[in-house]
Amino acid sequence: MKLIIPFVLALTLSASALSAQTATPTPVPAEVEEDVVGSLSANDAKIAIPAFATNADVPTQTSAGSTSTLGFSVANVIFGNLRSNGLFKPTGPSSLPRPALAQVQSPDYGGWRGRGTDMLIQGYVRAEANGNITVGCYLYDVGLGEQVAKAGWTVPPGEWRRAAHKCADMVYSKLSGENPFFDSRIAYIAETGPKNRRMKRLAIMDSDGANHRYLTTGQSTALTPRYSPDYKSILYLSYYNGQPRIYIYDLATDRQRLLLQSQHPLFAPRWSPDGRWILYSMATGGNTDIYKMPSAGGAAVKLTDAPGIDIGGSFSPDGQRIVFESDRSGSQQVYVMNLDGSGQKRISFFGGRAATPEWSPRGDQIAFTHMAGNFRIALMDPAGGNLRYLTDSWQDEAPTWAPNGRLIQFFRTTRGSGKAGVWQVDLTGKNERKLETPGDGSDPAWGPLRP
Amino acid sequence: MNKRLTMSLVLASGLVLSACSKKAPQILPPDPGGSAAGQTTDGSGSTAAVPGSQADFQAQMMGLDTILFDTDRYNIDATDQAALASQAQWLTRYPAKRISVEGHADERGTREYNLALGERRANAAKNYLVSLGVDAGRITTVSHGKEKPLALGSDEASWAQNRRAVTATVD
Repeated sequence: MKLIIPFVLALTLSASALSAQTATPTPVPAEVEEDVVGSLSANDAKIAIPAFATNADVPTQTSAGSTSTLGFSVANVIFGNLRSNGLFKPTGPSSLPRPALAQVQSPDYGGWRGRGTDMLIQGYVRAEANGNITVGCYLYDVGLGEQVAKAGWTVPPGEWRRAAHKCADMVYSKLSGENPFFDSRIAYIAETGPKNRRMKRLAIMDSDGANHRYLTTGQSTALTPRYSPDYKSILYLSYYNGQPRIYIYDLATDRQRLLLQSQHPLFAPRWSPDGRWILYSMATGGNTDIYKMPSAGGAAVKLTDAPGIDIGGSFSPDGQRIVFESDRSGSQQVYVMNLDGSGQKRISFFGGRAATPEWSPRGDQIAFTHMAGNFRIALMDPAGGNLRYLTDSWQDEAPTWAPNGRLIQFFRTTRGSGKAGVWQVDLTGKNERKLETPGDGSDPAWGPLRP
Repeated sequence: MNKRLTMSLVLASGLVLSACSKKAPQILPPDPGGSAAGQTTDGSGSTAAVPGSQADFQAQMMGLDTILFDTDRYNIDATDQAALASQAQWLTRYPAKRISVEGHADERGTREYNLALGERRANAAKNYLVSLGVDAGRITTVSHGKEKPLALGSDEASWAQNRRAVTATVD
């Protein structure tokens, strides 16, 4: 996996310096223009994102064409990112004039005010001699006539979208005060075919659905993927040998292998946040329990011992506790335990069934599926208080957190047809949308922010 | 309860199951392997079934190859006992025959739990067969959770048919 190379934009980077392609950017003194937060509340911000300028319109090895069309595409990706979470009202490059390169660092504030713009994102795209692409990104407060933030990145041509995501992340963080999340990926199960013979394939995509790729052919049913925290591999369940077993897919080599050789069915693979531990659930004689093993290999430890089904598990962000699901009380409910399996305690007392708990990356909430009539995505605090519903549809299940803990994806199944789709909702529950995938989708698993 | 783990860890040794596909982006890497999880042979057009075959088993069972469960339950009720007794009788006649019991759940449950629930149902059927004298070594179980429904509706009648354990012979 290629690395994205961030750099600090030179404070006085002029248009002429840009066109001189020798620009090794001089770092900005660290204290300069820190933490100028936008003067508007993020909800109201009308953000203009015109096409990015370029020093010279030359061909690139990107999928987006020349630097000029790439400049448009970068702005469009940023537009799509910021539009998708309900916080902002962005306007994209197709309905805005494209600034000249010289204006990238000295915006036409008057003109943008005339358009009713609050915040302005401008930038440039430059093709490097080695084929890499450099993207500069600037955020301006039009009302104040001030630059709020800037950053730049050099990326291999195949990863130009990452630079756009980094720019969107910079803007999102600056305006919302939240941690970034756009530069992240999602593993999920791509589904096609009739209800009784659904083909279920392992697939991956960027957080905005781009760079979609199937990893398995669908000959064997694949379920429940989880990205490793370093994005190097994916744990998932496959029926390859006719039995449900956990496989580990190496993304660098496209090879996969059994996580464990076992006589028994294995389900529900999970990573610890630091990638050092793997949880899995194993059924022996019909009784499923949760086990923990070092991801580097080694002896597994059995964490649960109750008769019945103990399954799943999600680590708290500090890695010290695990929230999981058990039907030891007679129906599926959510429990917490310590890392060694001690201190098991039920926390869900809401009536109905409670399942698929996932600990927020911020630590303060647990997302889960609440089944009482409809299957709904819900939140509670780690002590089991403050139940709050985010969705209300016939069957929503299996929440997964955005890296910053501000959004949740899940899958929604349609009554009758059984068709499923990956959906996203924010923590207000008000902004809900379906992700674009080539076919149907289920079991989304959101990876962390990429470095 | 016994906490010994009887499985061997192969994580480090890395049992590689698929050949490496070079970086051709259009070509998908192979699945861990070939085809087909747990086929259920459909016994359609059973003319003169070979004694001891899957077709014979299905013809003799006349539906008793499948037992049904209540929501979230896995107990073997009187109806199930009668069906499993029929299966055991047939198995007594063909002592070399091995079987697989497939456990299923209806769609009104979460995916992972339903996998575990299907396994528990398959095991309940297996344990009852063993109690009737069928050698446990002849019986394997597999769960398909809610992934392979038989009835396609989203209603109580369909769900009742899908909460099932199906016995099939293994050749």
